[in-house]
Amino acid sequence: MNLSFDFSFYNWDLISNFILKGLYFSVMLTVVATLGGIFFGTLLAMMRLSGRKWLVVPATIYVDGMRSIPLVMVILWFFLLVPMIIGQPIGAEMSAVITFIAFEATYFSEIMRAGIQSVPRGQMSAGQALGMTYGQNMRLIVLPQAFRNMLPVLLTQTIILFQDTSLVYAIGAYDMLKGFEVAGKNYGRPIEAFVAAAVVYFVICYTLSHLVKRLHKRIAIIH
Amino acid sequence: MAWDWQMFCEDTLDRTVREGCFGTGGDITYLDWMLSAWGWTVSVSLLALLLALVTGVVIGTLRTLPDSKWIVRFGNGWVEIFRNIPLLVQIFLWYHVVPAVFPAMKSMSGFTLVVLALGFFTSARIAEQVRSGIQALPRGQRYAGMAVGFTTWQTYRYVLLPNAFRIIIPPLTSETMNIFKNSSVAFAVSVTELTMFAMQAQEETGRGIEVYMAVTGLYIVSAFTINRIMTFIEKRVRVPGLVAPGAAGGH
Repeated sequence: MNLSFDFSFYNWDLISNFILKGLYFSVMLTVVATLGGIFFGTLLAMMRLSGRKWLVVPATIYVDGMRSIPLVMVILWFFLLVPMIIGQPIGAEMSAVITFIAFEATYFSEIMRAGIQSVPRGQMSAGQALGMTYGQNMRLIVLPQAFRNMLPVLLTQTIILFQDTSLVYAIGAYDMLKGFEVAGKNYGRPIEAFVAAAVVYFVICYTLSHLVKRLHKRIAIIH
Repeated sequence: MAWDWQMFCEDTLDRTVREGCFGTGGDITYLDWMLSAWGWTVSVSLLALLLALVTGVVIGTLRTLPDSKWIVRFGNGWVEIFRNIPLLVQIFLWYHVVPAVFPAMKSMSGFTLVVLALGFFTSARIAEQVRSGIQALPRGQRYAGMAVGFTTWQTYRYVLLPNAFRIIIPPLTSETMNIFKNSSVAFAVSVTELTMFAMQAQEETGRGIEVYMAVTGLYIVSAFTINRIMTFIEKRVRVPGLVAPGAAGGH
């Protein structure tokens, strides 16, 4: 076994020049894709639960289609198609943001669908009895409870999303992994760079998933 | 915008259209290349699945052993490590770091290393499902095994595992489909599977849409086939009355 790693080249300059820049993009992408994904995912979930065929069919095809192809392929598709559609080139970073919102919306929609179905039917009926419209019912009664029930799952999905952001490697966007890779190349220490990347990803994801577990215990509603 | 599917019949070297779409005498067309790339995707996925099933079942079972704190901790640690590092980073670790640390592994091909990476990555998810499958069984089953004088090994072999496997087939189905999707990450270390083919053929021919459509189609066909096979297995082994706990998410 050969364990002669040398991490001494990790000084503050390197970290701030290469890695923080990438970390910033990874975190930004995660946050934007989570918010956008939950928004569009909730819309997709409501379409699928609406019972109207012209809403159910397109939403189902979109969700199932996206979920059956690899994220890397989706990233490549968007990187190819978006500039064709809008008629001008966009950067890898912008393309990644659009891709992740569109892709993660399908995963969040499955979570929200389960969340909406977890709210007892009586709640909806009670709202109707008070004369609330469908929109009011959803916004004031069903969705707040659905979010609460699904919060741990939504957060777990966000952690998976954060890990998935490393796949923007396929189109050369500058995320945290890329930051480590470039730093490793520039200093001639690629092996240490990948080890450090793994450690940083692990610490972030492990800590977050631990927090989610604690939150889960705290907010669980006992039925 | 006109589609040009003829590019699949072109020779990959001189870009001339070949009669019958397949290359002859050592030359290959893009169609040949794509089919062999599909073969690589299927081989990586199936071998990784085999590794993941064996490792995942062992680790998942270890995590449910009674009165063995350290073994359970080892199993939990295994799952945490492989679950909390992105797959792409794990692939880089296997490809760049592991051979540097263990010189004996320098001769391993990228293909083998990707199978190891994908297999161990998935083993953590399967271990999690095996554990929850075993823990979802009524406690009485374990006691019944003990009551008839089974050893721990026999209790698992004859009582707990056969029941747990049937419970976890639906989540295993989605894990199997995930392996096929995740195998696409192998592009990063130059294994010529479907995604790598898509990127290179797109670059060489400029026919991105046609190439991506064909590749996406093959991924969907693969996913659909797996789904059918697993549904068939599930029907064949079903025990009436046993239902699965909620399936886990993931990509």
